[in-house]
Amino acid sequence: MSQRRPPRVVMPGPVEWLRENLFSTPFNSVLTLVALFLIYWIVVPFVQWAFVDAAWAGTTRDACLERENGACWPFIIQRVDQFIYGFYDVAERWRVDIVLGALAAGLLWLTLPRMPAKRGIGTLMLTLFPVVAFVLLVGGFGLERIPTERWGGLIITLVVAVTGIAASLPLGILLALGRRSELPVVKGLSIAFIEFWRGVPLITVLFMAVNMLPLFMGVSVNKLLAALIAVALFSSAYMAEVVRGGLQAIPKGQYEAAAAMGLGYWQSMIFIILPQALRLSLPNIVGNFIGLLKDTSLVSIIGFFDLLGIAQVGTSDANWATPNTALTGYVFVGAVYWAMCFSMSRYAKHLEGVLASGEKR
Amino acid sequence: MSGNGANAVEIQGLNKWFKSFHVLKDVNLSVAHSERVVICGPSGSGKSTLIRCINALEPHQEGKIIVEGVPLSEEVGQVEAVRANVGMVFQQFNLFPHLTALENCTLAPMWVKKMPKKDAEKLAMQYLERVHIPEQANKYPGQLSGGQQQRVAIARALTMEPRIMLFDEPTSALDPEMIKEVLETMVELAETGMTMLVVTHEMGFARTVANRIVFMDFGEIVEVATPDEFFTNPKSERTKEFLSQILR
Ligand SMILES: Nc1ncnc2c1ncn2[C@@H]1O[C@H](COP(=O)(O)OP(=O)(O)O)[C@@H](O)[C@H]1O
Ligand SMILES: [Mg+2]
Repeated sequence: MSQRRPPRVVMPGPVEWLRENLFSTPFNSVLTLVALFLIYWIVVPFVQWAFVDAAWAGTTRDACLERENGACWPFIIQRVDQFIYGFYDVAERWRVDIVLGALAAGLLWLTLPRMPAKRGIGTLMLTLFPVVAFVLLVGGFGLERIPTERWGGLIITLVVAVTGIAASLPLGILLALGRRSELPVVKGLSIAFIEFWRGVPLITVLFMAVNMLPLFMGVSVNKLLAALIAVALFSSAYMAEVVRGGLQAIPKGQYEAAAAMGLGYWQSMIFIILPQALRLSLPNIVGNFIGLLKDTSLVSIIGFFDLLGIAQVGTSDANWATPNTALTGYVFVGAVYWAMCFSMSRYAKHLEGVLASGEKR
Repeated sequence: MSGNGANAVEIQGLNKWFKSFHVLKDVNLSVAHSERVVICGPSGSGKSTLIRCINALEPHQEGKIIVEGVPLSEEVGQVEAVRANVGMVFQQFNLFPHLTALENCTLAPMWVKKMPKKDAEKLAMQYLERVHIPEQANKYPGQLSGGQQQRVAIARALTMEPRIMLFDEPTSALDPEMIKEVLETMVELAETGMTMLVVTHEMGFARTVANRIVFMDFGEIVEVATPDEFFTNPKSERTKEFLSQILR
């Protein structure tokens, strides 16, 4: 359907544009000046530091010491392998490459518009991929075992984030349904679970999972596995509340129409209620995913060398002691997180548009 | 169509409360097979609640409801068995907005009756033709007019091939120019011999289509009469008052 557009307006000149957009009222003029000042005060020095005055070439800290007012990029360039693989055995890094490549290819395939066989690829990503990725990363079946203590960098960050995301959505949906259940026991347990996890900070949960659980239970649990479970349970509680918000927005008539046609509880949920509720909560669901991705950096505090952990290791390396090493490391890690979060956010925006045009309310 | 049991619907001594509010008071009503009963009465008199008890969208506390020989009870499976026999059309249509008209109609046959998709689509198209909108099959509810949506809702209920159809003010949410198309669809349905319980204020429909008219007030059935009696010679004062308000 084509919409009628208003007739095209002749483009205003630069002076009119400035007056209309930046100086239309005294208050706007003040805001414009404040913004200009902030740009001058923060952005300019940052660009100066990160690009103009930065050291780019070189393989040791000497290059950076020469340019002491700029970022020390050789530090990142020399350690890019560590940022990706951590301390994963060099000869076995091809295994990580396959996992990362498959993950990237799968996500691209599913997110790019007009790709064929999305359903098939999606099913593969949810079933075959986790199994293959697990075997490749951990080892076994003739592959050398690589203890998780040696994993690090992007792998740790992604493993924690992706398992957290993949586990929290279905768990969150079940908890949200449980919280709205008419069965008192199911409802009570769901509420207790959700409110427990929402009441404790993630960092304490992580500490308890990796330090205290083995102590209480007397068994040694893989530290990474314990952290993964903690993150999944923690984020599923938040996801439950997001999904519940969507469920509450579905009119009673939808449940009644489904029931009147003889659909059972699970059928109504799967075909009628959840598709609508999840669509409504999509922005918040993605918001949760983004929060979760960023929260994975907390595992650096309990001794994992995720992206942030690797940056910290590097900054305490005497061979790279320069005034700018630490800052460069944090800026780099921040930029990587930002790129991942921003892509998720843009994709969600795009998806909202696609879904909205589907039903044209 | 012959059902199991003497009557299509048998309601005996029905009482229902919302918390302490006594919404249905000792209601007795029998509806024969192929009978068309119109239920009317002032707003809040319990008309919706009564027909919603018939397919157990509302639970009741006292009395017996037997639908096509199946008593509504707490027993597992009884509610499903009754709902399989009863279709319902709502005032607000309650179509599923994320599904096309066709998908709205195939969902229950596919998942409740386990019909293969191809067959369900054929069946759904048959009923969309019956309500005269096969050309809208692939549109979403949001792209249809109110009258079209309500006809899809009727087709959706019919795809389950119910023995009884309940209508709860099916035209009240419609603009006047769309009421006619929906009423015509209902008249055609009546001509097929469907058992129908219709809550409506459309007195023209009641007069021409109903076998009996039930008048409710304050949760009670005040009067049950043929359309002729009801409009020309109502017995109770409350009915007279209601008619004088509605037939101005
Ligand atoms: N779920 C409910 N909880 C409490 N009261 C209700 C509920 N549904 C309806 N009622 C009340 O029951 C009475 C009958 O409602 P209803 O059957 O919808 O009347 P009608 O359809 O005749 O307008 C009204 O007073 C209404 O406020
Ligand atoms: Mg009503």
